[in-house]
Amino acid sequence: MRPAPLLTDDNAFFWEAASEGRLVAQRCCGCGRLRHPPRPMCPRCQSLAIDVVQLSGRATLYSYAILHHPRHPAFEYPVVAALVQLEEGIRLVSNLAGLDKADIEIGMELAVGFAPTQDGGAVPVFAPVRADETRSAS
Amino acid sequence: MTGTGPSFAGRSAIVGIGQTEFSRHAGRTELQLACEAVTSALADAGLMPEHVDVLVSYTVDPVDETELVRSVGIHEVAYSSRVPYGGGGSMGVLLHAASAVASGAADVVVAYRAIRARSGATRFGEAKVTPSPTSGHSGTTAMQWCMPFGVLTPASWMALNSTRYMHQFGVRSEDIGRAVVQLRAYAATNPAAWGYRRPMSLEEHQASRWIAEPCIHLLNCCQETDGSVAVVITGRERAGYLPQAPVVIGAAAGAALFEQEIASDHYRDDLSVMEGSVALGRRLFGEFGFDRGDIDVAMVYDAFSPILLMQLEGLGFCGFGEAKDFIADGNLGPRGSLPCNTNGGLIGEGYIHGLNLVLEGVRQLRGTAVNQIAGAGTALVTASRTGAILTTR
Repeated sequence: MRPAPLLTDDNAFFWEAASEGRLVAQRCCGCGRLRHPPRPMCPRCQSLAIDVVQLSGRATLYSYAILHHPRHPAFEYPVVAALVQLEEGIRLVSNLAGLDKADIEIGMELAVGFAPTQDGGAVPVFAPVRADETRSAS
Repeated sequence: MTGTGPSFAGRSAIVGIGQTEFSRHAGRTELQLACEAVTSALADAGLMPEHVDVLVSYTVDPVDETELVRSVGIHEVAYSSRVPYGGGGSMGVLLHAASAVASGAADVVVAYRAIRARSGATRFGEAKVTPSPTSGHSGTTAMQWCMPFGVLTPASWMALNSTRYMHQFGVRSEDIGRAVVQLRAYAATNPAAWGYRRPMSLEEHQASRWIAEPCIHLLNCCQETDGSVAVVITGRERAGYLPQAPVVIGAAAGAALFEQEIASDHYRDDLSVMEGSVALGRRLFGEFGFDRGDIDVAMVYDAFSPILLMQLEGLGFCGFGEAKDFIADGNLGPRGSLPCNTNGGLIGEGYIHGLNLVLEGVRQLRGTAVNQIAGAGTALVTASRTGAILTTR
């Protein structure tokens, strides 16, 4: 099973939310900008005031890589690494689940799910949105 | 080129180079390797350890400065520095050295790298799942956002950018492979290289196993290598009294951008362009009086070969998406417009964390390279976000 993420004072809110099945991000209280990875100050307006907001979990595939080597016992290979563009405009490194490599297409629509980690937590992963549920959640 | 751009331009020179053998098992510590390379570079320069007053390095350095000082016998160090970004900072040592010498803060600077990337405790290509909350100044803090997803190595971090690049511009694996074929052809005639007498065909490249599909085959990866290299820099005036023909640092610059990291660099808007190289090219070719056409030979950091193409485009030697054609037309070869990585590069000679490319630039300008480009007078050395232009003109 995949290893637990490294928790720090700056990032714990993200991983704790994921363990409860929620995808969240920091939002600046000064200018409203979302940001990821987390950081203490807004790089646009330098505000230190932070909200944590829940995201829709809808994304498109920005890039990917099918990882074959090296292999770590915590993962099943090949690992499909994904860079997903969330509809709110921020980007996450994650995994693609539930599809053949021939079906991977940059730009495809994705929805978040959660995969368990060794410590009993979970991390956000993404799967293709089925045709019958496309945009239905919005 | 003296008198243009920042005031340090053209006022210092590389006067000595030294190296150990490159191997897969050095059988001695990084500290010892560094001692050997540094004393070899000082001997080449006609200088002694007591002449050295400044040490410059870059992060992910296994050699402690104080240990180097007490082993080599350096008498008094004014200061030392380490450029961040690991190998991406490897050419930044020339900016630190040149500005220190020109300002008078340094007299004789030694820059060095020793590494046991093959036999040592830490191989970059190994799968590691324990990130640290900070990067030790290596510029990889975002790796903590990769590791829970099995994205564990520099190749896998860079693969995400490389796939986007290939998608954006219709670049195929064989387009990248053609660059590797050229570098391996250079390595095949370089006795110091891992790839000595081992040229590689495009078919062999295509048949090598995937590391990260669809962008990085095994033969797109640099050779994890044991060894050390060192460079000695001093003022241009003093250089005139030393035995080697001075190789002048005509330009040196760095450009690390907002939201950029060294390898786990996934958050800028457009990852199909290496924007750090764009900014670096703007500095190197905008402020110092050099044009791209002045470059006779280029050494470009090729830890993974997709980033070689992206840097050629970012630096402006061809248009975005056009490196594949630039390479297919033979421009990186000995008779091309931009002979590139003539030692075989990091992929063909070995991975001394980038700094071995500086030594090849110096050899080309001294006229002593094994794959000598006739009349080479100006060389570019670059590692994505740090770079320098060396010249004898």
